Amino acid sequence: MLGKGLLGIYLTVLVLLPVAALLAKSGNGGIGAFWREISNPEALAAIKLTLAASAIVVIVNAVFGTLVAWVLVRDEFPGKAIVNALIDLPFALPTIVAGVVLLALYGKNSPVGIDVAFTRASVVGALLFVTLPFVVRSVQPVLLELDLAMEEAAASLGAGPLTVLRRIVLPTLAPAIISGVALSFARAVGEFGSLVLITGNLPFKTEAGSVYIFGQIQNENLAAAAAVSVLLLLAALLVLGLLGFAVRRRSRHVL
Amino acid sequence: MAIEVREVSKRFGDFVALEDVSITVSDGALTALLGPSGSGKSTLLRIIAGLESPDSGEVVIEGNDVTDAPARSRGVGFVFQHYAPFKHMTVHDNVAFGLSVRKRPKDEIRARVEELLGLVRLSGLAGRYPSQLSGGQLQRMALARALAVQPRVLLLDEPFGALDAQVRAELREWLRRLHEEIHVTTIFVTHDQEEAMEVAEQIVVMNAGRIEQAGAPRELYESPRNEFVMSFVGPVNRLGDAFLRPHDIQILPESNGTGTEALVERVVHLGFEVRVELKLHDGRDVWAQVTREVAHELELTEGQILSVRLPAPHVFAR
Repeated sequence: MLGKGLLGIYLTVLVLLPVAALLAKSGNGGIGAFWREISNPEALAAIKLTLAASAIVVIVNAVFGTLVAWVLVRDEFPGKAIVNALIDLPFALPTIVAGVVLLALYGKNSPVGIDVAFTRASVVGALLFVTLPFVVRSVQPVLLELDLAMEEAAASLGAGPLTVLRRIVLPTLAPAIISGVALSFARAVGEFGSLVLITGNLPFKTEAGSVYIFGQIQNENLAAAAAVSVLLLLAALLVLGLLGFAVRRRSRHVL
Repeated sequence: MAIEVREVSKRFGDFVALEDVSITVSDGALTALLGPSGSGKSTLLRIIAGLESPDSGEVVIEGNDVTDAPARSRGVGFVFQHYAPFKHMTVHDNVAFGLSVRKRPKDEIRARVEELLGLVRLSGLAGRYPSQLSGGQLQRMALARALAVQPRVLLLDEPFGALDAQVRAELREWLRRLHEEIHVTTIFVTHDQEEAMEVAEQIVVMNAGRIEQAGAPRELYESPRNEFVMSFVGPVNRLGDAFLRPHDIQILPESNGTGTEALVERVVHLGFEVRVELKLHDGRDVWAQVTREVAHELELTEGQILSVRLPAPHVFAR
């Protein structure tokens, strides 16, 4: 009883009240005003960019996050422990610092000859950087626990390596991949710090939702900021809900 | 010959798992690889299956040298110690896996799976997931899965190791009968001599990466080639270099003075069998195994002095 009460207070203070305040703010001018703010072309472009970039991040992370986890668990190579520790770096780095580093590395005077500053590629790149750990860290423990005998059994039944991957390994990892991907998506939708420097925030081109919100707050147009926030929040909730459902369906018998 | 293993050696780092091991298994035979843990029996089984490759030597299955062939093309059914069920698939899909990999028609797969589930007595459970099955049921599902592709050879790694005693006894009996029914050449690994004796037609006793002796259960029991086999396939008394089976020690009524004098130190009743711990007149300890009836007839009690007749001992050259 006490536990539930404490949890209730904790979540109310941390999540419920802020979200309620946000909803109240966005609803201040009624549904008409909300709709007007949402359908502002600049806002719409920013929302679209954020959702599209986040979708790309989901796909890339699903593939490369799983691959990185696989290599870290199944392969032996010198410096593995260091690489493993590096994975968490994007979590530890203040995202604005990540933005500065990315700009220095992949900006105008790039020492590696790659200049993506102020392009849409830079949006995706920055989001990939900050979401790297999610899939890796959710897949890794599952992969460690994965019974090698299951793969051997499949092989002895006539399955080639690709069939084993497709029909045995991936289905077993799927719940972990999906939950990692869901977290990546949520994080990508809300990401601000790493984007604000490298993307240049060009309206209709590289201005992400979060940066648009920041701009509106600076212009004291709180209604617009709140409206776009609510929309992004809903999108994140929807995706988290759908993916959560998929995980429960898939992991029902596996765990 | 269904399976021939020729001079196979395998090391894991510094550990010698197998050294110059050769065995032959005839068509349709039921063979046990018996040995303590670390004796190399599981490694040998995995090498036959192609799950491990030998450092040297050859594996021949039905006349084909498969030493370099991958597991998937050896036509070997393998049942893993912990069954390795595909947890995300139903019982039906688990059993059907090998057939669907071979792209057999759906009707054929369904019929074959049904037939196999009947054979392993899991008919009503096709729609269940492995997490909903008991250990014994998982074991039988794993067996059906391995048999589905009609393997030339069936290999089982500690098939009863993870089950409780009663299920174990039942499955042993069942495996032997199943083998009589389908007659596929079968090798199973076990560290339990009783299990090997009860189920197998031929036993290969392994120790420290080598084969100590191979033969019929009775042959191993009655004429063990060395100390290790003698003490591994049954209980023993050791008197210096001589080995005696406890049930070969005959306890005589007191009045009969033809045997060796002995003091009864302890009498342990184990159901049908009674264990009698004795001190011989020269101070050596032995124990004898007698039936309940004999113990009763002789009125065995601790502290009693009686005489025993020792059998001709097994003595092995060093």
